[in-house]
Amino acid sequence: MQRQHPQSCSRGCLLSVPHTGQFCARVLRRQLLLAVRRPIEIGNPLLFFAIVIVLFPLGLGPSPERLVSFAPGVLWITALLSNLLTSDAVFRSDFDDGSLEQLILAPQPLFFSALAYILAHWLTTGLLLAAVSPVFALMLNLPVSALGALFVSLLLGTAVLSLLGGIGAALTVGLKRGGILISLLILPLYMPVLIFGTAAVQAAMTGAPSGPYLAILGAMLSLAIALAPLAIATGLKVSIDA
Amino acid sequence: MYFDSLQGLLMMNGHGMYVWSAYLAAIAIIMTLLVVPMRRRARLLQQLAREANGSEDKTVGNARVEQ
Amino acid sequence: MWTFFHKLGSPPWLYAIAGTILRWLVPITLIALVAGMIWGLLFTPPDFRQGDSYRIIYIHVPAAVVALAGYYVMAIAGAISLIWRMKMADVVMRAAAPVGAALTFIALLTGAIWGKPTWGTWWVWDARITSMLILLFLYLGVVALYESFDNKEAAGKACAVLSLVGMVNIPIVYKSVDWWYSLHQPASIKFTGESTIDPSMLYPLLLMIAAFYALFTCCLLMNIRAELLQRESRTQWVKKIASEKGAD
Repeated sequence: MQRQHPQSCSRGCLLSVPHTGQFCARVLRRQLLLAVRRPIEIGNPLLFFAIVIVLFPLGLGPSPERLVSFAPGVLWITALLSNLLTSDAVFRSDFDDGSLEQLILAPQPLFFSALAYILAHWLTTGLLLAAVSPVFALMLNLPVSALGALFVSLLLGTAVLSLLGGIGAALTVGLKRGGILISLLILPLYMPVLIFGTAAVQAAMTGAPSGPYLAILGAMLSLAIALAPLAIATGLKVSIDA
Repeated sequence: MYFDSLQGLLMMNGHGMYVWSAYLAAIAIIMTLLVVPMRRRARLLQQLAREANGSEDKTVGNARVEQ
Repeated sequence: MWTFFHKLGSPPWLYAIAGTILRWLVPITLIALVAGMIWGLLFTPPDFRQGDSYRIIYIHVPAAVVALAGYYVMAIAGAISLIWRMKMADVVMRAAAPVGAALTFIALLTGAIWGKPTWGTWWVWDARITSMLILLFLYLGVVALYESFDNKEAAGKACAVLSLVGMVNIPIVYKSVDWWYSLHQPASIKFTGESTIDPSMLYPLLLMIAAFYALFTCCLLMNIRAELLQRESRTQWVKKIASEKGAD
């Protein structure tokens, strides 16, 4: 008779343990379901994005030439800030009701379940921000030729931002006043993404190829996918222990 | 010695203000860096010594006589 | 080797050895700092392009070099504390953060003062200055995170994670900021290649870099000693030290 480890009897046993893939899919589905049930939570960052974009013409003046020269930076910084504001809440409610503790005790590796949380966060913020950004880009007189670069750079860049924000969220989730602290921790890490994101849009505006910048963003994303979940998992364990 | 007079050293051909203010600021920060942990340690030791003497006075008697 | 490693984990031993080192290192550091400053201020010729204002280099460059190295010290200590769960590594990390932040601040401040006569403005958004500013934010983030935890053991671990994330990011930040703006003078000291700085200016600079490393070590050890006393204030060895001090 072979003694079976509890984790390895996932197919035959009554009390089956789902595969890592299945488990992550369930975590993802749960997070998305929770988000859809509170549509205002999805709407808030988009509304924030819209309002801050409106502030810039009011502050800088309505002249189209000036606006267009600032447009890539304005769009990127605003997207970055609205992403930052939501990343505080990624683990918050699950920490409060104790389900985060269950997640850490689960046999599935925390690396992948953390990745599922971040993916859910990105689908409900970064993806939507990238989708609405062309509208606001046109309002800032960004040429149509640069819209594609803006969309793709935001798509890639916000995914990196979500991963980095997840690190901050994991480290501060146990603290009472995590809100401002998380920006102090995470904003310095956002800067390379901002640099290459705006560079891609600026290149497209001047007719230069934006491919190299998008490739660098993609490289950053690959690195972040490989390393950030490690930091998130360790951070979550630290926060639960505290 | 490169400078031939105190005046020349202080003025540094018009750059004296920048050079001296940079050095003074750096020295001030370095001194703070060195003094802060020293004072923190001294304060902690003082506090602990006071606590130790206070508690030993009540229980064992005068602890200082034994030393 | 391993006994040394295990001894490092023992607070009374670390406290004592740090005290012994400091007794020698503090005077040496102060002498080296004073000698380097006097050498740089009085006995070096002025630069033919920048005049006398270049003398700020003897503080600016050492502070910047050691500030960057200090982040790696902090991050490596963080890694040791996470991997081997060595509490003393936490103490080292906690001690390194404010010192590194102060050195970064010195580098920024002297850089700004140097910029005024050289470029005609206090602040230029160039690659190195911006990178140093980001480094300062990274240091302050670690300090802020540590201070917001009530449980100091968890604080140490959280800071270890953050400083490791920062360490991975520093080269990326450096490269991207460098790419973003490359107007600064090229690096003028290379230990391997040909040096573009005159020996009469280089030697005091090397002395100052060594002095700043020694200064960093001094501050690190002093902070470690203070931190140890606070963390271990309930233990017997600390009470013994305190009562000896109190009896003096």
